[in-house]
Amino acid sequence: MAENTQYAIEMLNITKRFPGIVANDNVTIQLKKGEIHALLGENGAGKSTLMSVLFGLYQAEEGIIKKDGKEVKINNPNDANDLGIGMVHQHFKLVQCFTVLDNIILGVETTKCGLLKKDEARKKVLALSEKYGLKVDPDAKIEDITVGMQQRTEILKMLYRDNDILIFDEPTAVLTPAEIDELMEIMKNLSKEGKSILFISHKLAEIMSVADRCSVLRRGKYIGTVDIADTTQEELSRMMVGRDVQLVASKEDKTPGDVILHVENMTVPSKLHKNNAVKNVSFDVRAGEIVCIAGIDGNGQTELVYGLSGLENISSGKITLKGKDITTASIRERSTSGMSHIPEDRHKHGLVLDYSLAYNLVLQRYFEPEFSNKGFLKKDAILDYANKLIDRFDVRSGQGATTIARSMSGGNQQKAIIARELDKNPDLLIAVQPTRGLDVGAIEFIHKELIAQRDAGHGVLLVSLELEEVMSISDRILVMYEGEIVGEFNPKEVTTEELGLYMAGAKRKEIGA
Amino acid sequence: MSANKNTNTPKKSFLANSAVQSFLASIVCIVIGLLIGYIVLLLINSKGANDAILSILKNFLNYSSPATAKKYFGNTLVKAAPLLMCALSIQFCYQTGLFNIGAAGQYVAGAGACLFCALSFKLPWYLCLLAAIIAGGIFGIIVGFLKAYLNVNEVISGIMLNWMGLYSVNMLLAKVKETASPYTMTLASTNKAAIIPSLGLEKLFSNNKYVTIAIPLALIVAIVLKIVLSKTVFGYEIKATGLSKDAAKYSGMKEKKNIILTLFIGGALAGAGAAFLYLTGYEQWEVTQSSVPSMGFNGIAATFLGGLDPIGTIFASYFIQHITSGGAHLDKQIYPAQIADLISSIIIYLCGFAFIVKFIVNRKLNEKVSKLGYPPENKDNKDENEEGGKKE
Repeated sequence: MAENTQYAIEMLNITKRFPGIVANDNVTIQLKKGEIHALLGENGAGKSTLMSVLFGLYQAEEGIIKKDGKEVKINNPNDANDLGIGMVHQHFKLVQCFTVLDNIILGVETTKCGLLKKDEARKKVLALSEKYGLKVDPDAKIEDITVGMQQRTEILKMLYRDNDILIFDEPTAVLTPAEIDELMEIMKNLSKEGKSILFISHKLAEIMSVADRCSVLRRGKYIGTVDIADTTQEELSRMMVGRDVQLVASKEDKTPGDVILHVENMTVPSKLHKNNAVKNVSFDVRAGEIVCIAGIDGNGQTELVYGLSGLENISSGKITLKGKDITTASIRERSTSGMSHIPEDRHKHGLVLDYSLAYNLVLQRYFEPEFSNKGFLKKDAILDYANKLIDRFDVRSGQGATTIARSMSGGNQQKAIIARELDKNPDLLIAVQPTRGLDVGAIEFIHKELIAQRDAGHGVLLVSLELEEVMSISDRILVMYEGEIVGEFNPKEVTTEELGLYMAGAKRKEIGA
Repeated sequence: MSANKNTNTPKKSFLANSAVQSFLASIVCIVIGLLIGYIVLLLINSKGANDAILSILKNFLNYSSPATAKKYFGNTLVKAAPLLMCALSIQFCYQTGLFNIGAAGQYVAGAGACLFCALSFKLPWYLCLLAAIIAGGIFGIIVGFLKAYLNVNEVISGIMLNWMGLYSVNMLLAKVKETASPYTMTLASTNKAAIIPSLGLEKLFSNNKYVTIAIPLALIVAIVLKIVLSKTVFGYEIKATGLSKDAAKYSGMKEKKNIILTLFIGGALAGAGAAFLYLTGYEQWEVTQSSVPSMGFNGIAATFLGGLDPIGTIFASYFIQHITSGGAHLDKQIYPAQIADLISSIIIYLCGFAFIVKFIVNRKLNEKVSKLGYPPENKDNKDENEEGGKKE
């Protein structure tokens, strides 16, 4: 290994403990110069803790960090920055009302007599964006640009500071498929130019396509490092989860039964613009089928679900649930008539983050006689019920049912919501991007549960942005484009390429609803 | 199985206990407040400072005769009861995420209603009390309605209603004032039936006739609120609405109804507080006053000093009233009359910082340890939530 004696960054035998848990247990990661090194692990495997140690947010109890072979101490993010370590966080740290350029130079402004000298900065930013193919408009405000461009701004921020070790924390979670491809190109460019990249992800396909090597963590333990060229997705997922994982959900054919949900000419106004977000949409969901709404984010899927669940009033049309008109029914009525809703935004709608897990698990049912009596909550019953769900759905948290929801990892928060919604035994389950941001183990679990709902003869309406998911578990696909349903397909008779054309608005067909 | 499976409950630091934190934070604030008050006294006149701060702290114990001390202890309690009610009003609304600064105006409305019913209609005390509850409640409903349906900030509408309430009540009560003074007629001379009964309580306080069942009633209200908030479906709903309006809506709670109902209850509590003071005959309303009574504002300090807990607030309200009454014992030869108010204000002001102390303690703890071992996710959640909040 003579040619690889030099590592850009080495984290050797890192152990970081928190009360009750070892977040990193003797973890070793060696990042070669100019490589793209993926860090793979399930939610809560300790990836973020490890990166926080590298970034100086935490101090490890044991282990050392070496930069270019020399041992270094990183006590805070400033130290990390001085060592040339930069990080793109999953949730961007940008000032919304500043321009791209202002955000890039924020904190390292060049000034003359106290006045900003932006011209030089602009030249440098433009040169960098040219060199690495990072297309941005330096004068656009952050609030006006796409998520992809915001991410490029974050990358430019690191480059502007001459960082040569770049950490990407789950960078693709917020991007559209096209933007993901673009990011992969950018990362390859960066590594070609000599930057070393640590790429945190749990999406196997992305790791396979972009990384040189991959280190795997499982429950705080270091499992191993593999060369991507010599491995397969199956092997990676086995390393990550510790068992074989079915990457493609299997289900048996089933003939759909009666109509559960009937939507007729539904129109939902938009909060963002004067046009309607959902235009005159009609469709059915039958018992024992999974109907999937596919489409690129922002084509009215969110509003469609708001209209169905009652979070927003529809301006015209009719919604029937099991033959009962629920067009003007309240959210509570819809819920008690057999509708469950796994919301798109689990922090905003799905959970009361500062409530305990137990309280969150009864959020849809606290008023039922099982959990309340004459206006008083039955706390014991709530706790028992919560423990039952926690066991059944394997929801992991620090203090069980009394854990505050906010302190749980994203995957377990989602599991809690799914547990709550499925245990209502709904006739209709509306699931909006239920697997977003989750690892393969959790995705497999959720897919199985959705299919179990279908097999039990319930209707499932799944809104998803991931074409793979759409193709693998749906019985029927509806494509939404600009608020309209532009195509209806059988997943067995259509290709992803074909779907992509409909999603992009290049093709459409009339559907007799 | 992972180390953080739900059966595992990590040992918590003693300091991580929320109740302990609240208590310590309150004590720290009180000490700092007293210290600053003492420094101010030193600056004004160094000779009398020791005596002055002691007499503030001693309050009724300044009287050497036990009988007199007991009587003045009763007076402090008489004024602590309405303060507690105002504090509870603010606290209850705070649970729904509303800052009910309008408690001061709801208190004024309650005072106006009960005194007018007592002096003009000659109604018995329980009907006057009911009138105060309704008047305070209506003031609360106005704020709640504006908030729920027109998204008017409750602080703005509350403050404006405070002033509208003050001058309306001044006008209303001018009809029942004494001819020679700006004060309303005394209950004792006009309508004895409007005085809240004491049921023998006055005997415990050297026959202090102002000590009535208003004091135990206020305590009962505090305990009832504690139960409502922690044990009932309604408490579950209003706390959920306060913590996350969107999640409350998603789960089918009527968040608009809950906002209005909460402010009605808040207003009713403050209104009842006014009745608890004015229906004892301890004070008469001065119809020329041009500032909103401080009771509603001191309630803010009391509720924060009490750690936003009804039971803690009982003690906090008493302490604040104790200091306020103690201020009257300052030596007027050495210090100007206003100094008593100044010193108690400084202490009350510092009391409001109890939450900041708690916040700092928590942050220090979090830096040291994380209870769960997922701190980065935890942090992200928070960030996301804050961003979500900003968008609204």
